Amino acid sequence: MLELKNVSFKVNEDGQDREIIGNITLKVPDGRLVVITGPNGGGKSTLARLIAGIAKPDSGSILLDDEDITDMSITERAKRGIAFAFQQPVRFKGIQVFDLIRLATGRDISMTDACQYLASVGLCARDYIDREVNSSLSGGELKRIEIATVLARGSKLSIFDEPEAGIDLWSFSNLIDVFEGMRRNIKGGSIIIISHQERILSIADEIIVIKNGAVADQGPKDKILPSLTGTADAVPECRMSGVRTGDDKC
Amino acid sequence: MLELDEIQKRLLAEVADLHKVPEGAYNIRSNGGSVGRASTENIEIIPREDGQGLTVRIKAGTKNESVHIPVVMTKSGIKETVYNDFYIGEDADVTIVAGCGIDNCGTQDSQHDGIHRFFVEKGAKVKYVEKHYGSGNGAGKRILNPGTEVYQKEDSRVEMEMVQIKGVDDTNRTTKAELAAGAALVVRERLMTHNDQNAVSTYVVEMNGEGASADVVSRSVARDNSYQKFDAKLVGNAACSGHTECDSIIMDKGRILAVPGLEANDVDAALVHEAAIGKIAGDQIIKLMTLGLSEAEAEEQIINGFLK
Ligand SMILES: Nc1ncnc2c1ncn2[C@@H]1O[C@H](COP(=O)(O)OP(=O)(O)O)[C@@H](O)[C@H]1O
Ligand SMILES: [Mg+2]
Repeated sequence: MLELKNVSFKVNEDGQDREIIGNITLKVPDGRLVVITGPNGGGKSTLARLIAGIAKPDSGSILLDDEDITDMSITERAKRGIAFAFQQPVRFKGIQVFDLIRLATGRDISMTDACQYLASVGLCARDYIDREVNSSLSGGELKRIEIATVLARGSKLSIFDEPEAGIDLWSFSNLIDVFEGMRRNIKGGSIIIISHQERILSIADEIIVIKNGAVADQGPKDKILPSLTGTADAVPECRMSGVRTGDDKC
Repeated sequence: MLELDEIQKRLLAEVADLHKVPEGAYNIRSNGGSVGRASTENIEIIPREDGQGLTVRIKAGTKNESVHIPVVMTKSGIKETVYNDFYIGEDADVTIVAGCGIDNCGTQDSQHDGIHRFFVEKGAKVKYVEKHYGSGNGAGKRILNPGTEVYQKEDSRVEMEMVQIKGVDDTNRTTKAELAAGAALVVRERLMTHNDQNAVSTYVVEMNGEGASADVVSRSVARDNSYQKFDAKLVGNAACSGHTECDSIIMDKGRILAVPGLEANDVDAALVHEAAIGKIAGDQIIKLMTLGLSEAEAEEQIINGFLK
């Protein structure tokens, strides 16, 4: 179980402190898929970065399975079972897709093993496995590879930051399959997905709405989703930005 | 047969991937003299009278053959200049593997200056691989100053891969090429310098005929207090296309000077230069740390990939 207790995070802008996360307390119990939504700039990515250890809170504490991880490095947290798919994946000159997946598993895996992770995010493994993770990949391809690295980690807690961004409609339904599959095999682990997508929200066990750096609403999907439907926090599939569905039905 | 000790064998493996006597034509030079040589029906290796180099003649039409001419030095205090001339016949298609490994445990400098000239006939294709490697912890320096001249006739193609990753204290590399119509030159240089090492690489490529092309790309990492200079000049004297790129990572107190040089003397010459120098991007390290790597392991993976 992941627990945040009174977590606050400030940044300094032009000599002035600005609070990005203000006193957030929340729990992500084991065996749950939690979807975090809320307006842009609300602090969702910052929250994920705090959990992964990329940013350090100014006050409050973060616990994983009752162990205080607040002062742990990114590496230590990764080793304890936190995996994080970035909203904006990083490009590397020279490092190949296979290298990244191999590093993610932490083992000397075979090409065949690596290919399975790519196949599950809808990439034809043969075409991608020895590609460099550089600017020759499109945003959508990069995003799917990022998701594959988190699948490859097989971590206790997997965090996905807006996994649907830049992904076309066909792979979007693939993506839902991926998360549904993860949900089925969740066992003692948990999943956090940051998303505005109605379909992703609809597979959640719990929904948390983050607004202005604070929890604006929180509860089981059936309680929260109706109030979000039709708003920017729960966008129907056919209104996904950059997606052309070919008809205007929705 | 070859008389080589363990250090010499290790150097040969580093610079030429050689674990035994190579197939095809070869000459192995060790501590100032040839210790093994073989010619083939199509490739003749002739030693120079003064012993300081070779003439390599590759017959027209020779296909899929290779020439290995590695150099190893394990005695401190040797300083040599070696002249190797390669004559590559029309439509030949060959691989030439050179390279120099110096192990210096002594106090005196060891220096090998290899001057290589390539005369490439029409339609011939050459893949040239040159690796440099230094080892040994003596105070004496390991110094390599390769000079390369390439003369390419019409429609020939030369691919050069130059690698220097470890242990060479001082390098001054000069590469000069002249390309006739339709000739193509591709250079991939990979370089990493440590400690107080110095590496200078200077290219002058003249494209003299229509359709000539040159692509000179350097990827390098400068660590500790090392210094690198990459000076690539492309001259377009005809309708041709040229591209040079210097892509570098600096770490610690490393320093890099990239000097772009493009000279177009023909209205249809299209020349491009790109250069980027910077430290490892922080988000790259962070990403690999989220995969469970330590900061040092992340850096190592990023550099390995970059220099692959
Ligand atoms: N390191 C930082 N420095 C300055 N401002 C930041 C920093 N990190 C986040 N912010 C700001 O914090 C707010 C929340 O950002 P973010 O967490 O990315 O929101 P969301 O993911 O919900 O869109 C934004 O206004 C953003 O500009
Ligand atoms: Mg965000």
